[in-house]
Amino acid sequence: MAGRLEGKVALISGAARGQGRSHAVRLAQEGADIIAFDVCRQLPTVGYKMATPEDLKETAKQVEDLDRRIIAREADVRDAAAVKALVEEGVAELGRLDIVSANAGIATFAPNAWSIEEDAWEETLAVNLTGVWKTLKAAIPAMLDAGNGGSIIITSSTAGIKGMAGIAHYDSAKHGVVGLMRTLAIELAPHSIRVNTVHPTGVNTPMVVNDYMAQFLAEDVGGTNIMNLLPVELVEPVDISNAVLWLASDEARYVTGTCLPVDAGFLQK
Amino acid sequence: MGRFDGKVVLITGGARGQGRSHALKFASEGADVAFCDIAAQIDTVPYPMARSADLEETVKLVEDLDRRCVGDVADVRDLAQVQAFVDRAKTELGRVDFLLANAGIFSFGTVAELDSTTWQDMIDTNLTGVFHAMRAVLPTMIEQKSGRIVATSSMAGKLGFPNVGHYVAAKWGVIGLAKSAAIEVAAHGITVNVVCPTNVATPMIQNPAAYKLFLPDAENPTLEEAAPAFQSLNPIPVPWVEPIDISNAMAFLCSDEARYITGETLAVAAGFNANNAG
Repeated sequence: MAGRLEGKVALISGAARGQGRSHAVRLAQEGADIIAFDVCRQLPTVGYKMATPEDLKETAKQVEDLDRRIIAREADVRDAAAVKALVEEGVAELGRLDIVSANAGIATFAPNAWSIEEDAWEETLAVNLTGVWKTLKAAIPAMLDAGNGGSIIITSSTAGIKGMAGIAHYDSAKHGVVGLMRTLAIELAPHSIRVNTVHPTGVNTPMVVNDYMAQFLAEDVGGTNIMNLLPVELVEPVDISNAVLWLASDEARYVTGTCLPVDAGFLQK
Repeated sequence: MGRFDGKVVLITGGARGQGRSHALKFASEGADVAFCDIAAQIDTVPYPMARSADLEETVKLVEDLDRRCVGDVADVRDLAQVQAFVDRAKTELGRVDFLLANAGIFSFGTVAELDSTTWQDMIDTNLTGVFHAMRAVLPTMIEQKSGRIVATSSMAGKLGFPNVGHYVAAKWGVIGLAKSAAIEVAAHGITVNVVCPTNVATPMIQNPAAYKLFLPDAENPTLEEAAPAFQSLNPIPVPWVEPIDISNAMAFLCSDEARYITGETLAVAAGFNANNAG
């Protein structure tokens, strides 16, 4: 049976592990070839262990085990030239670009907005908001050149729709990508390129399941941030991948400019 | 193997248009189908509504896909009729997995001039009808601790529009109803979501009365003349989306792939929504 993304090529940021790896594998299962990248090193303000080059190699292996092609490179979403070079290499190798999953993100915490350190604010905004813009700035010309339309899926968060104590920088960046998404949806509609956001609740990934997050959740400031309506504590990466897949597929050909929460009802509380 | 093998979907307003498309989409993925339709005219509706021949055609098309189909005449304005339809579906098809609360009508008039019958037919069909359908299936879904409900709202459930205030009020109401139900039944493993289409290519909007809404100054506007006006709503340059596009969203929300999506409004709106919240 032909996959839902047969013949398509997807660019995925933050693909070394967690949701990004899951997206790479899920899209590859449906026939897509993958251009993957990840910074693959620790950033100074991040309090949990970030992905490694070995993690990215494992993603590449899992995609290749599905008999799909993958270009996997270490690159930082904050480095526009590096992302542009990767897109050029990937498109030269794989022939086209149809799908972008702007997934790379970091999460750090502070007691409140006014005590966030400046470097933490700047790093979070640089990765989670400006990094998305740089990823798309590199990808969109290639999508327009290919002329096949396409689908861009930006990973926001439930924190991109509501305020949450202790993560003002993260919240601001995740709200910011919604504005970017809505604007791009209008600008790219004439080219049949769709742009949407997904808004996960807590996902079972190393960004969430770690001692640093556990400490934040144990403190009053963030303790209620992760209570869902459906009886599940954390959703799985594949649940986000399935939403990304649907938005990437032709079944969603007229879905653009939308915010799609995969939040176990968190936002309805 | 389909995604919905062994499942049963219930659809209101299934004789034609989006409802028929949903029936065929779910049947093609393996579901048995039960649907109801009023299959009669409501006097305040300015275009021909579905008839029993349409209802029979949907049954035939589902059966052509080798799925079982119950097609019932029921008016969603009457809870007893909706309950009888749901009971028959359970008896004949054995279970209730999904409800697509789709039945809806369209009519026109400014708030200053609407007569109370036009208002009431609209609210009774497009809002109370959704409540009736949920009311009829939820006890079963709660008992079995599973179920998926998707209600059809509209971009008119997110914005105001002139000349259709009653339709807009009903469609906003559907979202409030669905979000509240989503909270009430989440602990029972049931999800409740809403799809908000832009214009869809069905008889409900492809008729002279609807063309006149978009081109009030034209004497007898045609589909071709109205299409650019419809298209002006949508950043993706199409005047309307097809019923299958709504069916695809319904199928996604009922599939295991969407198991943690509830209380949500999903716009299938060619970008009409990009200017606005949600």
